[in-house]
Amino acid sequence: MAIADTDRLPPATSDKAKTKTKPQKPRSNIRLYDHIVLAIGVFIMMGPLVVAFLTSTHDYVTIHREGMQITWGGNFLETYKNVLYQKGGFTGEVTGLLMTQNSLILGIGFAVGKIVVSMLAAYAIVYFRFPFATLSFWIIFTTLLLPLEVRILPSYEVVQQLGMLNSYSGLIIPLIASATGTFFFRQFFKSIPNEMIEAARIDGAGPVQFFWDILVPLSKTMIAAIFIIMFVVGWNQYLWPTLMTTEEGYFTLVRGIRNIMQQMIGADIPEYNEALAMAVLAMLPPALVIMIFQRMFIKGLVEQEK
Amino acid sequence: MTTLRIKDVFKRYPNGAEAVKGVSVDVEDGELVVFVGPSGCGKSTMLRMVAGLESVTEGEIELAGRVVNDLEPAERNIAMVFQNYALYPHMSVRKNLAYGLKNRGTPQAEIDRKVDEAAKLLQIGEFLDRKPSQLSGGQRQRVAMGRAIVRDPAIFLFDEPLSNLDAKLRNQMRLEIKKLQRSLGTAAIYVTHDQVEAMTLADRIVVLNNGLIEQVGKPHEVYSQPASTFVASFIGAPPMNLLDATLSDGRIEIGGQSFAVQQTQKAGPIKLGLRPERLQVASGGEGFRVEVGVLEDLGATRLIHARLGDQDLTIAQDSELPEPSSEALITFRHDDAHFFDASSGRRI
Repeated sequence: MAIADTDRLPPATSDKAKTKTKPQKPRSNIRLYDHIVLAIGVFIMMGPLVVAFLTSTHDYVTIHREGMQITWGGNFLETYKNVLYQKGGFTGEVTGLLMTQNSLILGIGFAVGKIVVSMLAAYAIVYFRFPFATLSFWIIFTTLLLPLEVRILPSYEVVQQLGMLNSYSGLIIPLIASATGTFFFRQFFKSIPNEMIEAARIDGAGPVQFFWDILVPLSKTMIAAIFIIMFVVGWNQYLWPTLMTTEEGYFTLVRGIRNIMQQMIGADIPEYNEALAMAVLAMLPPALVIMIFQRMFIKGLVEQEK
Repeated sequence: MTTLRIKDVFKRYPNGAEAVKGVSVDVEDGELVVFVGPSGCGKSTMLRMVAGLESVTEGEIELAGRVVNDLEPAERNIAMVFQNYALYPHMSVRKNLAYGLKNRGTPQAEIDRKVDEAAKLLQIGEFLDRKPSQLSGGQRQRVAMGRAIVRDPAIFLFDEPLSNLDAKLRNQMRLEIKKLQRSLGTAAIYVTHDQVEAMTLADRIVVLNNGLIEQVGKPHEVYSQPASTFVASFIGAPPMNLLDATLSDGRIEIGGQSFAVQQTQKAGPIKLGLRPERLQVASGGEGFRVEVGVLEDLGATRLIHARLGDQDLTIAQDSELPEPSSEALITFRHDDAHFFDASSGRRI
């Protein structure tokens, strides 16, 4: 199908090119409007980021005296080096680097965990005839109505009783069950033609092999899309890590910002530059992940490769 | 020798629906048997039971001398070509062909040899490193057949493999499948709802209707000696004319006209079957008069849609056409008349 479609494309576009001469002008106007709207959007969204970044390159005295800056301050290297390497916190052992590492562990662990669990759940629901499969799916699905904030006390209780406070597993494992992910994968698996599994059965592939050899490669773009969403969600977790970890060694970047600000309130002049630098650092990895994987991301959500 | 023996097979679904109601067929070595019938007649279910993709409710399926009812598809030594090909989209053609062999634990050298052999046979050698999405429909079809061939099966199972192709390619691939199956000498079951495919491909045709076998026979037998009105109307295009008639004393009466026939055993209401291509417009002799309606010129033949009393009748002929809305005299040879029981539809 795909081939036939692209085969037909060139003549269609050349037809358009021929008739294009007249409606060309209004079209380019529309283009222009599109770009103006997009430019405004970019300005609104990126403006504060740019200001935050520029301000972070000034020293804290200037910021305290003159407010946010829109010029290059020249303290870039110094500030960022401080944020990354200077030991801070109550125990004086936490560096920005360590917090970045914690954030990465949380973000990646969260995303990978969710993908593994929801893929397996969807696999079971779609391909295996077990009693109450549909019911199980809807029960999983209704958990969407119970976000973390609603069940945070019992969740804390459970994690505490399991002795998982102040550990990476305590940060990650209780969060990796995902109704959204299960739903996405279920829909995707359902769109894979039944003949695929039948062909695989004739080719002698058992359930595990079918999963590894056929389903996982077919879900590649889907996995990438969900990884991005979940990584960003995991990276931006604030409430959960705050409750689960009290040792500073487990602090994430997002918590670090708040922590530095809090500490600085006691000092004479808050070190705004470092807080802003940390905010910029905290935004960077999710932004990078999205920029690098955006093509796969869109493909995974829009296109179904079959 | 018999490759496949299907003995009194039933398929009942948990909701009580019966898809196959006691089918028995043998497929001899090297024979191509076509299961044909309208959709929902149980032909695909039958094929899927042979493949092991559906369980058998009752009866026995014996492949190459052993009962395979409870064997997994991979253990049955069958190969199947699906309607939508079911190629693995993320694997190259080579990997698609090799996947089943790899799972069987075939040594790599032998896999390579078999894949290359099949590729050569099907002329897909230059596509071996492409993905299925980069191939045309006909090429994908070849890859699907290649995947079946490399397995070296006891029997090929084709599930309407040509229905996704356009008409021209379909004719070409039909011929290729036949040649290929001949040269490999492997038995095959081919499921289709297309009677032209059935007629051209089959060594033997199995006509299925409603989960039961209507008739088994060589294409020519099924065409010239249809066992029931269902077969008569299903095989042949345009379909056989089936007219309500009354038989008595060696004469048959339709719509107020009567003429002599050789069938004398039975008196009473019957169905008279007449193939459109065996009817002739004549200038004189014994026959019946019809009212000419719409005419269709198909190039090779011309179809006359006529009315005999209050019944419709189609005549195919290649000579001059009568005038529309005129009267014409239609004659036929006695051998070309088929008689069916009016109530059961079985051949008399």
